[in-house]
Formats: sequence, structure tokens, C-alpha cells
Amino acid sequence: MSLTLAAPQLVSMQPLLRLDNVNKHYGKVTALHDVSAEVFPGEVLGIVGESGSGKSTLLRCMNLEEIPESGSYTLDLADVDGNLFELDRFARRMLCATRIGIVYQNPHLGLLMHHSSSGNVAERLLVAGERRFAVLRQKATEALDASEFPLERLDAPPVELSGGMQQRVQLAKAIALEPALLLLDEPTTGLDVSVQALVLDTLKRLQQDRAITMVIVSHDLGVIRTMADRVMVMRRGRVVEQGLADQIFQDPQHAYTQQLVHAKL
Amino acid sequence: MTQVLNVQGLSKAFTMHHLGKHLAAFDDISFTLAAGEFVLLKGRNGAGKSTLLRTLYRSYLPHAGTIMFHSSFGEIDLARAADVDIGLLRASDIGFVTQFLTARPRVAAEALVAEPLRRAGWDAQDALAEARKWLEAFGVKRDLWPAYPTTFSGGEQQKVNLARALILPQKMLLLDEPTASLDAGARAALVARLADLKASGTAMVGVFHHPADVEHLIDRVIDLTPDVIANEERDDVAV
Repeated sequence: MSLTLAAPQLVSMQPLLRLDNVNKHYGKVTALHDVSAEVFPGEVLGIVGESGSGKSTLLRCMNLEEIPESGSYTLDLADVDGNLFELDRFARRMLCATRIGIVYQNPHLGLLMHHSSSGNVAERLLVAGERRFAVLRQKATEALDASEFPLERLDAPPVELSGGMQQRVQLAKAIALEPALLLLDEPTTGLDVSVQALVLDTLKRLQQDRAITMVIVSHDLGVIRTMADRVMVMRRGRVVEQGLADQIFQDPQHAYTQQLVHAKL
Repeated sequence: MTQVLNVQGLSKAFTMHHLGKHLAAFDDISFTLAAGEFVLLKGRNGAGKSTLLRTLYRSYLPHAGTIMFHSSFGEIDLARAADVDIGLLRASDIGFVTQFLTARPRVAAEALVAEPLRRAGWDAQDALAEARKWLEAFGVKRDLWPAYPTTFSGGEQQKVNLARALILPQKMLLLDEPTASLDAGARAALVARLADLKASGTAMVGVFHHPADVEHLIDRVIDLTPDVIANEERDDVAV
């Protein structure tokens, strides 16, 4: 047994993201059971767990793509009030387009594969109301540059790009409007190890330069270890343990976390 | 002297679920630490020296006891503090120096060293200039500054590690055998930096394989070997 931790007392800020008692079922399968989470401004929260643990469902709830049966979700942002799960479809879409960025494992979910890369990024700006072509072009270029995308390929459609480059286009689209929250769902899974390292570097650099608050889901513990300040371990829809990243990896408390950490090569 | 740390009744054990075992690391440790004080931990292998350092840093969760720390933001019990508070303190008040560098692929040595300053809100250019100053002080060759430390030798990696760990003055520094694998020049630079930090009020707790390296800095020795008086005044550091 270890000691029960106190509530934050030095950090005066409010959590940017707060989920309380979120429950979600798919038929008889429990995807999320009473899940609560907090993410503070500038922090990177890593979520780990095996397939079917509910980690991606939780991320989709944060992106308001899934609405759970019960629970509340708040973001501490100007003009954003109340339980976000209760917003209507239009308000949800606007909120996600303007304040939350997401990078999916599968680029097909986040990109129009036959449109130009810059067009994909500009689409996000269009949704937010930008109509001036020169501004669209310039902002899209800036976001792609910040994502370390080779600018000579601005007009290439994602279908012609490598997996690593497709992830950079997704990332550029996600950060184009300087979101308050960046969600990453297995962003490097399926990439070559060297490409994976480059994408993680880009993320790390963005996090450092812009202090973007991030939630990253991965079954790859190495990725989580590199990126996360805090880690939440999920199993069968429940949070089994959470803690500082080094504590979770060096001194895991729960039997499941010990098994998970010790299974890492 | 201003008290920085007051540890009372601190215990740590590891529960190994797959073995169904409870492994005690140390039990009922109490000591205090003042600003500018340097405490050496000694004890045979497995006595729990490194475990105590990691517990103070909260990489390990204690099982009982309190670790009252006088932070820049107010007093807090590190044994029970929320993770987010510990994160804040690690960026501002508490440093940990190990013998191992956790290099990330494709991050330049100078960027790695500048990182703690960037996190503390320094401007990018100023942070880089300060990082280079410390790489120089620890004897890392100029050609290597923009290179990736993952490709460096163990000794060079350790110099980068020290520059990074010691660049930002902190209230409390935990030292886990930082002199291991260092050449004479880097060891001298390390001892000089520790002496400066100590003079400016940084409190330190350390484990040293060769305590003679830091002999003149040691104020007190705590022996973690069971059945030894836990907290002895320093009269001899020939450990």
C-alpha cells in the first residue's frame, strides 16, 4: 500500500480538461466505466492500456465524436461553459474545429486523401470562418512548416505521401488554429522506427515552443515514456492507476501496470 | 540555518504482485536538511540509498511517513503531494542527477541542456547561450554541441547529463553517483559547480561511490545500514 495523494495545493491553475464519471457501453461491452481525468495547461497526459482497454474511446469522447451515456466534460476556456457532452451537434463541431486538434493513427480518418496537403490544412481554417485566399495559403504553409513538412510538396495530395508525411499533414491541420488541446491517437503506430522518432521530435518541439496541452494514447510504452508528464493506465474501461510518468515506469503499484511495464523489451 | 527538508518516519517497500511478495527497502527514516547543507548517504549495497533518493524525488511512492519540503511556493509534503505539484517542483525547486543520460533520438546536446531553462521560461537564444557555457565548463568538445548525444561515448553523455541537470540552480539537489564514469577534468568541474550551488544555498543529498571526490563539501553522513545509528555527525568521511 502507498499513501493517498492530496489534491493539488501549489498549482493554482484549474485543469484545462476535466472529465467526471464517464460511462460508455457498446451493447453489453463496457467501453468506459466511471472514468474521471484531469489535464492541466501545458501538460502531456499519456494513456496506455492493451487493445480494448477503452483508451481510444476516451480520446474520442474528448474530441466529442462519442457521447457517453453519462458523465461530464468541461474545458476551462473563455466562452466555453457547461457540460460539453450536452452541446448540440453544431456547437460540438465548431468547438472541435476551433479549439481541439486531433491526429489519428489512420490518416484516412483525418484527411481528404486526394486533396492537396495545403488544402487539407486550409479546410480547417475555412471551417473557422477564414475566407481570404492569401491568408488561408499563408496560415496553412506556416502550420505545415511548424510540423516540419517539406514545403516544396505543399500541393501534393496525402495519397502520394509516405506515412510519416501524412502524419505531419494531420498535425499541421490539428495545430493550424492553435488549439487549446491536442489529442493524439497512436500517432506513430505503423511508422518506421526512424520516422517515428522524427514525428515524436516534432511533437516534443511543438510542445516545448507552444506549451500545447496534449493527450496521447498509445500502446507503445516507449512513445508514452518519451512524451508524457503523467500517465493513466486503463484496463477494461477502467482507470487502474495514474501517476507521474517516471513513477508509473519505475514503481508501478497495480498488478496490471507491473505486468504491462515488465513486458516491455 | 533555514530548513529545506524534514523527513519523518519514511518507509518504502515494493509489492511484487507476480511473486506475491512485499520487499522492504528502508524503514522509518528521519532526518532534516538545511539550506546549503550537503548530506552524504552511505550504507552497503542494497541498503536503500538510491531508493531513498528516488522516493524523495517521488519516482518511487513511499508507504509511510512525511517529507515536508519548504518549496518556493510554500511548505508541502512530498510524500502526499499531487502529481501535478511534484511536476511543478521538479521544474523549479528539485533537481535529480543520475549517472545516466536519458537522451532522445535526434535532439542536439545543446538543445537537451537548454531544455530545463526553456521549461523555466527562458528565451530560446539565452537558454542556448547558457547551455553552451555549461557544455564548455564540463569539457564537452565544441564540435559535439550540435550533435546527437545518443551517438556519444558514455563519458561524454555523462557530461551532457550533468550540464543539463545542474544548469538551473535549485533549492534541493539529489545526487545519485554523479561522478561515476567521469574523467578528472569533468569531475573537477562537477565538484566546483556543486560547491557554488552549495554556497548559494542549494541543499544536497547524495550517494557517491568515491566520497573522497566531494569530501570537503560533506556536512553530515547518514548511514542506511540497518542497526547503525541513523544520523551521525560528520567526523570522518572515509566511508
